[in-house]
Amino acid sequence: MRNFLLAVNTKYMKALTNRVKEVDRRPMTLMERAYLPAIFKGMAITFSHMFKKAPTISYPEKTRPFSPVFRGLHILNRDEEGRENCTACGLCAVACPAEAITMEAAERKPGEENLYREEKYAAKYEINMLRCIFCGLCEEACPKDAIYLSETFAPANFQRKGFIYGKEDLLIPNPVTEPEAYAKAKGGRVALK
Amino acid sequence: MSVTQILFWLLSVLAVCSAVMVVASKSPVHSILFLIITFFAISGHYILLNAQFLAIVNIIVYAGAIMVLFLFVVMLMNLNADSEPPQKNKYILFGGTIAGASLLLVLVAALKQTVTTVQMVETNTGNVGLIENLGKILFTDYVFPFEISSVLFLSAMIGAVVISKKEA
Amino acid sequence: MLLSIDLFLVIEKLVLIIVVVMASLVIAMYATFAERKVAAIMQDRIGPNRAGPFGILQPLADGLKLFFKEEIIPSFSSKFLFILGPSLAMLTAMMTSAVIPWGDTVTLFGREIHLQIADINIGILYVFGVVSMGVYGIMIGSWASNNKFSLMGGLRAASQIISYELAMGIALIALLMVTGTLSLRTMVIDQTDGTWNFFKQPLGFLIFLICVFAECNRTPFDLAEAENELIGGYHTEYSSMKLGFYLFAEYINMFISSAVMVSLFFGGYDIPILNDAHAVEKIGQNWMAVAHIFMFLGKAFFFVFLFMWVRWTIPRFRYDQLMNLGWKVLLPLALINMLITGAVILFLQ
Repeated sequence: MRNFLLAVNTKYMKALTNRVKEVDRRPMTLMERAYLPAIFKGMAITFSHMFKKAPTISYPEKTRPFSPVFRGLHILNRDEEGRENCTACGLCAVACPAEAITMEAAERKPGEENLYREEKYAAKYEINMLRCIFCGLCEEACPKDAIYLSETFAPANFQRKGFIYGKEDLLIPNPVTEPEAYAKAKGGRVALK
Repeated sequence: MSVTQILFWLLSVLAVCSAVMVVASKSPVHSILFLIITFFAISGHYILLNAQFLAIVNIIVYAGAIMVLFLFVVMLMNLNADSEPPQKNKYILFGGTIAGASLLLVLVAALKQTVTTVQMVETNTGNVGLIENLGKILFTDYVFPFEISSVLFLSAMIGAVVISKKEA
Repeated sequence: MLLSIDLFLVIEKLVLIIVVVMASLVIAMYATFAERKVAAIMQDRIGPNRAGPFGILQPLADGLKLFFKEEIIPSFSSKFLFILGPSLAMLTAMMTSAVIPWGDTVTLFGREIHLQIADINIGILYVFGVVSMGVYGIMIGSWASNNKFSLMGGLRAASQIISYELAMGIALIALLMVTGTLSLRTMVIDQTDGTWNFFKQPLGFLIFLICVFAECNRTPFDLAEAENELIGGYHTEYSSMKLGFYLFAEYINMFISSAVMVSLFFGGYDIPILNDAHAVEKIGQNWMAVAHIFMFLGKAFFFVFLFMWVRWTIPRFRYDQLMNLGWKVLLPLALINMLITGAVILFLQ
């Protein structure tokens, strides 16, 4: 009965693609039923794997190199004198497809010229890393070279509020007062103008 | 008292106590576990009699295989106090008491009649229980009963196969 | 009199027992580590490497974790039996080590000491008896858990062990017909002088090996704890150190059955090719015994490795496949092996 059905199947049903492989339904030979040769074959395969190199990267000590176009955590940039570039124009927030960026603008007071490059600055600048899709459109929208995506990613956190990054988290260290930290934050990336 | 005697008494007490517990315990699983302890105590006695082969075969066959099957069945049936049929018939209780009392009477009478010799059993001596001697005796003097019993086992096996085939 | 026993003999045996038990425990501990490492290496991973250099403190960390876990005893279970289960598993795992000859004789403080706890003349049968006891730990624990999955695991373990015990026993009978002794020590000495039993009984060894895998509940016969069908099998309800005992007993079982296999089929502590008599003259008896012990452990470790190797190669059997293999393949094969062995012995006489 089963053979008959099989015959009907192959005769009247056309295969949908030309990659169909016929299943071998012949009964097992004695060699196959003995099962041991197959076991030895399998064991040879697992044994050969003992001499292969593990592709593991021991993470905290070693890290996988990022591609030069990797888009990670945001950085708010400063100029060479350590002044904030951002003028709180809001173009990044507009460009953001995930609506992750909010900011509040403020006017620079006299005497704060060493802190902010232009007359207007961002008093509050927040990025919700849970919303952010790391597309880099803010980077492209910014006319002042103020926001960049860096080479790290957001670390895990226990609470949602921990993922809302404020200015203190985003600002790059001051190149004048902390040159080493600045260099580290800048990373291996060449063009961070 | 020598070590052998101390062991003898220990094992005897263990065997009798757990045998009583087999009957007395409420849960059938506990009964079987006590029965296993009894078998172990009896195996200990065999060793004291220098019959190591019997001792170990007793453990392998009875404690190791048959009791596992007992346990198997009892665990599957999950017997407990609720599944027990109610025992209300007073006549059975009455009859049981009389039967038990008469058995006790017979036992006491029989024990009184027996003459206790100084050395009841040969502990730690004798070589009959050792495996070589046992094998030789089984295949020379007792070869006929041995073969008869093997035929008996064979028929039991065939019977079991027939019964299971009928069910299927 | 009670004190008429040789006091030194008692001390000697006690020391031997303690050493063997401790050694088996440590070896079992590191077998868990080796299992993880072997699994990792076979799967192109690195494996545990954080606790200590190369992760060698990992078993300690695992043990510590198990100790500090919360002890949970299900409220509907029989508490005594629930604790008895893992204890029995551990006990039966350790007991087999009593009859294994770990090495030849050493002379210490003017006493000749055999490196074997008990040389009883029914050695193999003793091993067999203890192995057949091993199932109780699993069955009692699984029943006392009052859990369906546990009970299923326990029943599977029981029927599996009983089924494979038969083939194992008959394979052993063929071996006994060749060796003519039940004492493991005599067997090892015979193999030291002659050839290893493996070459006399290759089929018997294969059957024995497969049955040992089944008795140890190791993959491909680990149906008793089949994680994807029975949650954890017989130890589903267990936690803390009681779970640790079950897991640990498996590794001790593995090591001890490897040791039994080595003694039975691979010459025990015999060092191949080397002529023992010459070597003893050169380095002395005690150093020879040390070499023997290392040889024995080396052989046993190979089999422990084989257990792991097979585990990470072959998937689990289906239950009907398991029963078919046990009853329809191994048992007839063992019987045929026994018949052929008998015929050959008769022919040679």
